[in-house]
Amino acid sequence: MLNVKKFNHKHLLGLEYLSKEEIEIILETAKPFKKLFTRSIKKVPTLRGRSVALLFYEPSTRTRTSFELAAKRLSADTVNITVQTSSVQKGESLIDTAKTLEAMKADFIVIRHFYSGAPHILAQNVSSSIINAGDGFHEHPTQGLLDIFTIKEKKGKIKDLKVVILGDILHSRVARSNLWGLTKLQANVVLCGPPTLIPPEIEKIFPNVEIEYNLEKAIKNADVINILRVQFERQLEHLFPSVREYSLLYGMNKERLKIAKDDVLILHPGPMNRGIEITTDVADSLNSVINQQVTNGVAIRMAVLYLLSLNTTSTKL
Amino acid sequence: MKLLIKNAIVVEPSKNLEKKQDILIENGKIIEIKENIKLTQPHKQINANNFYVSAGFIDIHTHLREPGNEEEETINSGTKAAAAGGFTSVFCMPNTNPPIDDQAAVEFIMLKAKNEGLINVYPVGCVTKLRKGEELTEIGELKKAGVVAISDDGEPVENSKIMRRALEYSKMFNLPVIQHCEDKNLSKGGVINEGKVSTMLGVRGIPKESEEIIVIRDIILASLSKGFLHLTHISSKNSIEFIKQAKQKNINITCDVTPHHLVLTEDYLLKSPYDTNLKINPPLRTEEDRISLINAIKDDTVDCISSDHAPHTKEEKSKEFDLAPFGIIGLETLFPLCVTFLYYKHKVPLINIIKKITNNPAKIFNLKNKGKIEIGYDADLTIFSIQEEFIVSNFFSKSSNSPFIGWKLKGKIKYTICGGKVVFDSTNPKDPFYENKNFYNNKK
Repeated sequence: MLNVKKFNHKHLLGLEYLSKEEIEIILETAKPFKKLFTRSIKKVPTLRGRSVALLFYEPSTRTRTSFELAAKRLSADTVNITVQTSSVQKGESLIDTAKTLEAMKADFIVIRHFYSGAPHILAQNVSSSIINAGDGFHEHPTQGLLDIFTIKEKKGKIKDLKVVILGDILHSRVARSNLWGLTKLQANVVLCGPPTLIPPEIEKIFPNVEIEYNLEKAIKNADVINILRVQFERQLEHLFPSVREYSLLYGMNKERLKIAKDDVLILHPGPMNRGIEITTDVADSLNSVINQQVTNGVAIRMAVLYLLSLNTTSTKL
Repeated sequence: MKLLIKNAIVVEPSKNLEKKQDILIENGKIIEIKENIKLTQPHKQINANNFYVSAGFIDIHTHLREPGNEEEETINSGTKAAAAGGFTSVFCMPNTNPPIDDQAAVEFIMLKAKNEGLINVYPVGCVTKLRKGEELTEIGELKKAGVVAISDDGEPVENSKIMRRALEYSKMFNLPVIQHCEDKNLSKGGVINEGKVSTMLGVRGIPKESEEIIVIRDIILASLSKGFLHLTHISSKNSIEFIKQAKQKNINITCDVTPHHLVLTEDYLLKSPYDTNLKINPPLRTEEDRISLINAIKDDTVDCISSDHAPHTKEEKSKEFDLAPFGIIGLETLFPLCVTFLYYKHKVPLINIIKKITNNPAKIFNLKNKGKIEIGYDADLTIFSIQEEFIVSNFFSKSSNSPFIGWKLKGKIKYTICGGKVVFDSTNPKDPFYENKNFYNNKK
């Protein structure tokens, strides 16, 4: 039986900090929330009276909307702070911005930030629960969780599955959260990309993870391929010669799909660069679970908000 | 009036001396060193029973931040921190705003130091105008104004040809060139050591090779130019290897390391993720590098220990990790860290540590009558205990960006004497500093 009492985190900063058991608790908790979505009234009163501030320092469509919907379906109040229209433009520091939200008694601050570690700064400086919605190229824990949830939903397990994470791993917070989560749940993870996009000494952190530069070799017999977006905005210099060459070497297309298992799952955290890392026919194929990922994202974020809310004191309201 | 230091254990590396003796000071000079000096006429006396006395410490790498960033440190506050740390001389790096790249800037520092400083301040001048790495400064004029070395510290002199010319030209003035070794193309965007930890934290790394490439290039240029090269804040094992080999070939180079590279490693960033007081350039490296630095202290490949005292305000250091400035303060923790970790933990003889903060810096940078306990030398002396323990908490520096807050360390400065004056007296905690009070009175 699921014992939510075993989950005693106040913040969700990364999957690195969660145990296998804690990850499983989140996955299990998300299941009943997902069932809600088939009803006409998709709302429960669980977090009524609580407030969730969405502090996004970077553009986002799905993560922000997903968190907002998740909070609303739990009956929490949400408030959006878009940096372009806030006092951050007047030079307000991250800590001061967060302290302002804390003073308004935000129970949760969901933060997306261009720089790694920004959620840690908040967790150290304010009393609200902090949820990392993606920081730099450190972690994006709810994305990792929803990827794992989606894989488990389709495959019934995670252990011993061959999961290929493909593309710009160096700049990817999604890759890091996937790596922590998947290795804790004992999947066989293969990282595939050009050597310039593989993070330094990754093998020292994840000794059982395989690194393969050749796409065809990497995806042979794969159960899952998680295709990452090429993050042009984070590259300080050319880490590969051209988009054309990248696409030729690492673009996932129908032909290559045949090398993997017939029932291989194709995941992509979005937004997609169609035609670069993934062709449209693959993105829209039957193997693709990209839309299910989005649906599951809401359920996962409900589970996370709910579980974290058990560990904040009610006196704060 | 004469000042007599009674019953201190004199540590003088140049004479390989560690022995109880008295020291007599008059008119800012040491006039007598022997056992049991007896004076009949009235005099001042410090009873230093059981404490050690050495020549006043010399820090060859300090950022005093004046002019330009007085909110972080001033010549007054920085020299107070230095005096409290046992230093009687500091070299101030020229990456101020404006930088110390002409005679007037040097004179400003000298004047400020004379009026508001507690100890000797030796300016380091820029190698290139505005530290841009393009055009040499008027090195002869800088020397005349009082610089003891030239450096573009904070930035390397990247252009090999400029570096060659700097080494060639400065040798006629006997001025060492202090190089901050960093290939900026390799280190671009980096904030900590490249490797396991940078990957875990998702931040860009600074590979140790970015230091090593400049170390080896500059060794080659030093060999070509026959100039005086000093490589500062060395952090990697391979750099040490290259320096060792160069010294064996009698190439004219010297180097220093900082206590934080001798004590900390990148692994501290896993215990305290994104702690900006662990953001330092060069970055904290691996345990393997750290051990090699300690061995290089023991075998004298390393000539000096320097603080790289880099004050920053709380606001600056509270920023996102990528945006926070590099650097930590170090003047007040250098010696206790050396005592606690080098002397007690790694069994480095005290005399070896003292050599690297007194004799060697004075010799390398041609400081006249400094760095030794010797008759006729300036009465710059530091009296300290190596047993006394304390917890690092408050600083005299204007800034408190230190990763060592809360650490229990051994080695406490009791008195700092500069030019025969007691500039720091720990037995008087309410008013420990001797300041140029006349200056302040005149100002009013």
